[in-house]
Amino acid sequence: MTKKVIVLGEVREGALRNVSFEAIGAAKKISVGGEIVAVLLGESIQSLGAEMIHYGADRVVTVEHPHLKSYTSDGFSQAFMAVVESEKPDAVVFGHTALGKDLSPKVASKLKSGLVSDVTGIEGEGDGAVFIRPIFSGKAFEKVKVKDGIVFVTVRPNNIEPLAHDASRSGDVSSISVDITNLRTIIKEVVRKSSEGVDLSEAKVVIAGGRGVKSEEGFEPLKELAKVLNGAVGASRGACDADYCDYSLQIGQTGKVVTPDLYIAAGISGAIQHLAGMSNSKIIVAINKDPEANIFKVADYGIVGDLFEVIPMLTEEFKKLKAN
Amino acid sequence: MNIYVLIKRTFDTEEKIVVSGGKIQEDGAEFIINPYDEYAIEEAIQVRDAHGGEVTVLTMGGEDAEKQLRTALAMGADKAVLINIEDDLDELDQFTAAQLLADYLKDKNPDLILAGNVAIDGGSGQVGPRVADLLEINYVTTITKLEINGSQVNIVRDVEGDSEMIETSLPLLVTAQQGLNEPRYPSLPGIMKAKKKPLEEVELDDLDIDEDDVVAKTETLEIYLPPKKEAGRVLQGDLSNQVQELVQLLRTEAKVI
Ligand SMILES: Cc1cc2nc3c(=O)[nH]c(=O)nc-3n(C[C@H](O)[C@H](O)[C@H](O)COP(=O)(O)OP(=O)(O)OC[C@H]3O[C@@H](n4cnc5c(N)ncnc54)[C@H](O)[C@@H]3O)c2cc1C
Ligand SMILES: Cc1cc2nc3c(=O)[nH]c(=O)nc-3n(C[C@H](O)[C@H](O)[C@H](O)COP(=O)(O)OP(=O)(O)OC[C@H]3O[C@@H](n4cnc5c(N)ncnc54)[C@H](O)[C@@H]3O)c2cc1C
Repeated sequence: MTKKVIVLGEVREGALRNVSFEAIGAAKKISVGGEIVAVLLGESIQSLGAEMIHYGADRVVTVEHPHLKSYTSDGFSQAFMAVVESEKPDAVVFGHTALGKDLSPKVASKLKSGLVSDVTGIEGEGDGAVFIRPIFSGKAFEKVKVKDGIVFVTVRPNNIEPLAHDASRSGDVSSISVDITNLRTIIKEVVRKSSEGVDLSEAKVVIAGGRGVKSEEGFEPLKELAKVLNGAVGASRGACDADYCDYSLQIGQTGKVVTPDLYIAAGISGAIQHLAGMSNSKIIVAINKDPEANIFKVADYGIVGDLFEVIPMLTEEFKKLKAN
Repeated sequence: MNIYVLIKRTFDTEEKIVVSGGKIQEDGAEFIINPYDEYAIEEAIQVRDAHGGEVTVLTMGGEDAEKQLRTALAMGADKAVLINIEDDLDELDQFTAAQLLADYLKDKNPDLILAGNVAIDGGSGQVGPRVADLLEINYVTTITKLEINGSQVNIVRDVEGDSEMIETSLPLLVTAQQGLNEPRYPSLPGIMKAKKKPLEEVELDDLDIDEDDVVAKTETLEIYLPPKKEAGRVLQGDLSNQVQELVQLLRTEAKVI
């Protein structure tokens, strides 16, 4: 049976995040040809609608309101539920981002529905769709199906293929007005600590440094390599605890979970709690002085050596490659 | 202040996961309090010590979870409650868990509820916000700082590394992020005292909830381990050759560049 699927597009600093397009990819599998309606919530976002359609949405509904300028669970859930009430979807897809993680359980509770969080793969389609998600910090996976009610899933960034961008696709972008009241949280200020440039949880390439980087300055060569590869810099908790970098870069069980195409671990021993955040990366490269380091057990390629020698050489080599 | 902490019993983070017959093997595994819930317990104790009141730790699970409740009491919580589902439910999910926890809490008038932001086993991060929604109270997730003045609350929330300074009010549910505090270890006198603290056990029949309202909405069909990675290739030879070889491999073999 075809299903009508609502996808929440996520806007960050005026642009749609990639995970929004990946969510449409997931919606496509669930919908089996049914309608895909993208929802955008914010202050002035109407113009972003077309991009959701180019990536496969059939139609876009926006809610614009000054109270939606920054995310709050109260504001966004009121706006989203208003769309749900008028659209009556069979399924809902969010990204498993900070926003998606915060909002989805509240919406699921209001819908009295199940919620399959942090989905990394989908088998089958429509009513037969089975969702794959990591459990035990990626040490195992489970296959989950929805037995009853609305099919609601959040998808982990970088795991579900988006549909091909097609600029010739067109569709209706409409807006509904929602009265947003009773916001119980006020955001006084946002202190930005995450590095400019490529977002760590969505980066295709991550260069991560550990205690072996030895100092704040020690991260410089990693940043240069990241720039050449259009990637993001990450870190182990060892490096964060030692104050070489901000905790916003921490990858692992108590930090971010990343699944880039390429993960380069430099001066990281490979503790189990670190692996929890990166072991599902497609290709892992380890650079470590110690040939016995645990990180080599999960690495696809390893170089035993001093990162301060290897990383600059790598940067040069990639630069040469780019120049050709 | 009437403070509740939601805690979950989970596998030790160091534990190797063994799957047989599509299920996780629990025999012989070490269990702990979910690490994020330890932050929640610590914060609850600090809030109580500063503002007075009582800390109750609440878990849903089987008899075995009593051990984690006792640990929380030894850290300094005042009372513990186990919603024992062992004999009543054989299928449950986050919907079920939240229904049960919220049903227990609905007539307890909590001022503050603390939870972990995510359980390191199930990993959905749903239970806290779901419980808050069912109780119709506000929630703030992934907090790294909590300050209470009367009914006004100031919070620092971690959002993918950025910090949001938030103003809100009680009653409130918060979920703990790493960095909120340093959880204390239970002291020996704490462990002795914990043995005498009240631990109440509640069963499904004691709650005011229909069996129909706790039927799981999702079902786990299978649990499996990720394909074992073949030992990777450690490159050999002169360092500059290794670097060149690596770039070649990433381009032609792995095709990620
Ligand atoms: C509950 C809990 C949660 C945790 N959560 C996380 C988490 O989310 N993320 C996380 O990362 N950790 C986490 N940890 C910590 C984890 O156990 C490790 O302590 C941490 O990952 C170690 O960081 P590291 O690999 O950088 O440091 P180390 O283990 O000290 O390793 C440094 C490595 O650098 C190598 N090295 C040194 N100099 C050089 C050089 N010049 N060139 C090349 N290599 C060099 C060394 O050989 C060594 O292998 C957690 C721990 C606990 C208990
Ligand atoms: C057959 C079967 C049996 C199960 N038996 C149990 C069981 O005995 N015990 C069990 O915990 N789970 C059990 N579960 C799993 C249960 O459905 C989930 O653990 C639960 O829904 C929480 O989901 P989560 O792990 O994603 O937690 P998350 O939503 O990620 O947890 C976030 C936070 O919510 C709070 N929280 C989560 N779970 C609980 C809880 N159980 N009690 C109090 N606070 C909690 C904690 O503060 C935690 O940090 C069982 C599942 C099945 C299928």
